[in-house]
Amino acid sequence: MSDYNFAYLDEQTKRMIRRAILKGIAVPGYQVPFASREMPMPYGWGTGGVQVSAACLCPEDTLKVIDQGADDTTNAVSIRKFFEKTAEIAVTEKTREATVIQTRHRIPEEPLTEGQILVYQVPIPEPLRFLEPRETETRKMHALEEYGLMHVKLYEDIAKHGHIATSYAYPVKVEDRYVMDPSPIPKFDNPKMDMAAIQLFGAGREQRIYAVPPYTKVVSLDFEDHPFDPSKANHPCDLCGAEHTYLDEVIIDDEGGRMFVCSDTDYCAERQAEGHRGRLSPSENIEKAAE
Amino acid sequence: MSTHPPVQPLLSVKDIRKTYGGRIGCTDVSFDLYPGEVMGIVGESGSGKSTLLNCLAGHLPSDGGEVLFDTRDRGLVDTLKMSEPERRMLSRTDWAFVHQHARDGLRMGVSAGGNVGERLMAVGARHYGNIRSQAVDWLDRVEISEDRVDDKPSAFSGGMQQRLQIARNLVTGPRLVFMDEPTGGLDVSVQARLLDLLRGLVREMGLSAIIVTHDLAVVRLLADRLMVMKSGRVVEHGLTDQVLDDPQHAYTQLLVSSVLQV
Repeated sequence: MSDYNFAYLDEQTKRMIRRAILKGIAVPGYQVPFASREMPMPYGWGTGGVQVSAACLCPEDTLKVIDQGADDTTNAVSIRKFFEKTAEIAVTEKTREATVIQTRHRIPEEPLTEGQILVYQVPIPEPLRFLEPRETETRKMHALEEYGLMHVKLYEDIAKHGHIATSYAYPVKVEDRYVMDPSPIPKFDNPKMDMAAIQLFGAGREQRIYAVPPYTKVVSLDFEDHPFDPSKANHPCDLCGAEHTYLDEVIIDDEGGRMFVCSDTDYCAERQAEGHRGRLSPSENIEKAAE
Repeated sequence: MSTHPPVQPLLSVKDIRKTYGGRIGCTDVSFDLYPGEVMGIVGESGSGKSTLLNCLAGHLPSDGGEVLFDTRDRGLVDTLKMSEPERRMLSRTDWAFVHQHARDGLRMGVSAGGNVGERLMAVGARHYGNIRSQAVDWLDRVEISEDRVDDKPSAFSGGMQQRLQIARNLVTGPRLVFMDEPTGGLDVSVQARLLDLLRGLVREMGLSAIIVTHDLAVVRLLADRLMVMKSGRVVEHGLTDQVLDDPQHAYTQLLVSSVLQV
């Protein structure tokens, strides 16, 4: 048994966070204030997500942590280790096997199912923040459903760039009521938010929790003559050949060489195991030689 | 609107009162404003004219009285007793408020087109092309050329900012405009141009307006009727020319005689 209380936080704190989560689920898209705790990691590293995960975890849960789609980057590794140590729970890299998935900036490619919980790390929960700096005013705007200002941002995008250039943290309207910041996921992931799993959003520094229950209508804002476009790099994955996934661009030499790979490492690895190959996959001979 | 008899006032103010602790902001102010009419409110600094305007526009909670507005769907309604969503809806459709400092009324980080378009988007416009063409049209009406539509207001001169603020307010076709020292802080030639523009727009759109100012020239040009305030009370009111040419109250006489004749 470790010296930590299960999942680091004390039971009263978890109870307080669970209340905020339940309220968030009851009012989809509404930002519920909560008494965020100091966590043993800096703000901006997922303190909100970690607290929400801690409040959701049970000893029999299996946890997956991803950072920009990858299971093996610093943020993902350290949070996974944190819960391995403080909660002694099973961890996995397989999306399908996980019951709780904490994510930074991506939704897994594999469709999530009922019974799974997706926890987002949120830096700035207020979608209107950079348009209206007064929190008293933005709260009033949410309360009175005055969302014209959100379109001013999209208007500015089109006026400046000729199209809606916002490509991440693209504002959505939840269940025809609250406008919500989906955290900095690429807008490619926005259509996936209408899903079977529970989605919870935790902002530690800003002390807000919000949620999207399963099968909730999530609509990306747009103009009639500039409809929402969930764009991605126009390439197949260079490792698994997938044409329907969100890609990372990786520079591979100093002569302009680059490759596009799935940002979801688990999904890409699974496809490669199934025998899918991309432009830059290691040749079959080498693999055979290795066998 | 046509269901009402033509004599119905657009705005009817009854005994509005606002105190700051024991001090009087304004008290016992009553008047009617009819459609198409421009009312001027003059007085020295601290006479309560801005307090009055802010109470009327719902920016300040008043301590008593009624502000009846002739709404499109329900006739005369006391705006002070309206629910907040209703009042905010009114203030971005049928009402407009022009601030003395354009910076208070504009979003400085948003382009001129976005500033004008905001009110349209706030009432549900979701077609970029239409919003933009209306914005360009309005910029043209306030003499800002089309190629400045994507510039931020911070790149505009004071006079242009004020004209932009006016365009932003008038784009949804309000029926009542509140103006707080619209020409304050502008130099005289720019003032003259702005007044000219305002006069044209007021006549053309059939706007009703309440203009607060300490500048008698502004009310002489724009206002049909005039109220003179001192120490929170209305000391004299009447037709503009009548009040300015034949002031009855001692304070009004002082005010009129204080203007330098060049």
